[in-house]
Amino acid sequence: MRQELNLRGNAALLTRANPLSKLAAVVLITVVLALSIDWVSASVALVFELLVFPLAGLTFALLWQRGWPLILAAAVGGWSTSILAPDSGRTLIDAGIWTMSEGSLETGVGFLLRGLAIALPAVLLMSCTDPTDLADALAQKARLPHRFVLGTLAAMRLMGLMAEEWQTIGMARRARGVGSRGSLVQRVKATLGQSFGLLVQAIRRASRLAVTMEARGFGGGPRTWARVSAYSLLDAWVLAGGLAVAGLAVTAAVWAGTWNMLWIGG
Amino acid sequence: MAAPSHAAAPHTVRPAAVTARGWGWRHAGRTRPAVQALDLDISPGERVLLLGPSGAGKSTLLHALAGVLGDVDDDGEAGESDESGSLLVDGGSPRGQRGRAGLMQQDPETQVVLSRVGDDVAFGAENLAVPREAIWPRVHEALADVGLSHLPLDHPTSALSGGQKQRLALAGILAMRPGLVLLDEPTANLDPAGVLEVRDAVARSLDKTGATLVVVEHRVSVWKDLVDRIVVLQPGNHIDPAVLLDGPPDQVLADARSMLISAGVWVPGYVPATRARAADVPPGTGDLLLAAEALAVSRQRPRRRGFRKIPPVPVQEGITAQVRAGQALTVTGPNGAGKSTFALTLAGLLEPVDGAVSATTALARGAGIDPCRWKAEQLIERIGTVFQEPEHQFVTGNVLDELLFGPRHLGHGAERVDELLERLRLTHLVDANPYTLSGGEKRRLSVATVLAASPQVLVLDEPTFGQDANTWAELASFLSELLDAGTAVVSVTHDAEFTAALGGTELKLAAEAGRP
Repeated sequence: MRQELNLRGNAALLTRANPLSKLAAVVLITVVLALSIDWVSASVALVFELLVFPLAGLTFALLWQRGWPLILAAAVGGWSTSILAPDSGRTLIDAGIWTMSEGSLETGVGFLLRGLAIALPAVLLMSCTDPTDLADALAQKARLPHRFVLGTLAAMRLMGLMAEEWQTIGMARRARGVGSRGSLVQRVKATLGQSFGLLVQAIRRASRLAVTMEARGFGGGPRTWARVSAYSLLDAWVLAGGLAVAGLAVTAAVWAGTWNMLWIGG
Repeated sequence: MAAPSHAAAPHTVRPAAVTARGWGWRHAGRTRPAVQALDLDISPGERVLLLGPSGAGKSTLLHALAGVLGDVDDDGEAGESDESGSLLVDGGSPRGQRGRAGLMQQDPETQVVLSRVGDDVAFGAENLAVPREAIWPRVHEALADVGLSHLPLDHPTSALSGGQKQRLALAGILAMRPGLVLLDEPTANLDPAGVLEVRDAVARSLDKTGATLVVVEHRVSVWKDLVDRIVVLQPGNHIDPAVLLDGPPDQVLADARSMLISAGVWVPGYVPATRARAADVPPGTGDLLLAAEALAVSRQRPRRRGFRKIPPVPVQEGITAQVRAGQALTVTGPNGAGKSTFALTLAGLLEPVDGAVSATTALARGAGIDPCRWKAEQLIERIGTVFQEPEHQFVTGNVLDELLFGPRHLGHGAERVDELLERLRLTHLVDANPYTLSGGEKRRLSVATVLAASPQVLVLDEPTFGQDANTWAELASFLSELLDAGTAVVSVTHDAEFTAALGGTELKLAAEAGRP
């Protein structure tokens, strides 16, 4: 019922890298790709990202399972851009109110590739990183306050419970005669009521969890860590890989003459 | 290599002493104190069972001893609270002694902090700044003490049963090496097997560490042989002391048996008297209302994998059952057998994975054969469902509106409401907010609200969980009246005495093979 990120069974190389170095590499690639709309930098990054798949233990089947809304969104974005962008070059399709030309298709394809190239690193990161290890790294290596990091981690576990609770409250309310079917107004009202019920339960659960954590000595005082968050040679490779992908994407686009910085020189 | 951890453990725990002198506590925003004038001494290593009616301040005392009282209360409200007298652990304030006491609460879901078994046990020790090399031996030892050493350290905590979660919580407490173990109704949400699992784990670990124990629980028989002493508390007032009785278990139970029974405590060897059915109803008689045929059930909806729809794996399949007017059907079986899921499917709240639930014309009255397709208004006057957690079903701000909600929706008069208020002793609470009621009152209200719509079939999910003996007896008697009046009652329960009190047919679901 609960779908938690769980790495059991994933023994790929990148699961052993420090979450912080993986995060840095992802941020690097994403930032560079967000700077320019062009298909060259996006496709170069995309090719490298696909090559990294086996290292993260990700397969196309898994990607489609977890990331299909993102892929679909990128495809829809690409399609609408290619029919709505200003036309240039030979007209490919002419259907009255909208047309697709060579120029607009190129913009559209660029949009699609860029969408995928930006979304994939995050999917890659999630598929080879345990949230607990990420929290360890953020607190021990990035020196974020442990109260905040561990509190967030514990709250994330409750989120899974809340999804179950939402379903139960929905059924419990139907059993009281509150329909989730009917007119739009009725449905909105029902959803609001259900949200309130969930909020009450969430607050109760959260305060009970807070008591549990406090009773286990959680608080402001000094604390040790049972798990060491450490860097290894692998992390140097991860960072270098991130830098290389970002650098190659920019270089290729500049060399091909397609690099256009979005907000500079306007 | 270090010596086996068992040999090293006992001398590392120093049992704690508890002293209360005229101690009292009032929660923020309340007019009456939760505890007043408490005088109590517990010597190191003593094991105490704390009893008393709801409202006697048992939980408040445990929270105070754990040093977590006052910051956040159960409603999430922080604010001005009031303390009087003194409550000391080892002569000092409990708040300043992190890790001296370990507290386990009732709801297993909130006793787990992290998502991997090993990390969760280590959490407390980390917070107490135990050196890293000392933490993992403690984790292994604690898991062995509670009988969970067969689990790998990266086992997901979400895959544990309720009893296992509570044992994991105990391991997390033991890893802190506390001198005082505090258990606040640790087994109220568990099935009978889970209750014994937790009790035995507590007994084993205390025998080893010698720590002081204070446990709050309704079911005396479970803890009687493990404790040295029973302390009975009473609700705070200005005249009487907070401690009503104090002594060895057998003596307290002998001296105060009738008093404890009238306070709703589950005294060993006592089953509350309940109303008998008016006439013996042989199985198979009564109008057939609802039938399940070759039913497979799951709480999950079909999953989407890309564009494909994948039906969920049923938690139980091949269930065949009949619901008849004036007949009780009790659904029993171990945890994870899909009892509640079956009941919710039968009640038209979940879609069957396979097979069918069909209503006969006597029940459907023109609404169609499949209860899952009925509109909410059609459903509630045919099948009423009482959920395990009453709060899930509250939809208004006071008790009277709550009862009028169903009839109003149906355009009925409220003719049954007064009768239900009277019968379930809720008349004095009509203006109260449902969320502020006691556990027993919430249970009675949730039954009353569902019955206000006059359903022909009543489905109850674990109606007796965590209830005191008085509420239990009231509920069983009330259901027997309903049965005599021709209502069909389907109940999911672990409670053998409840099953016996209702009679009728028992549907035993087996644990699904291959499930944890």
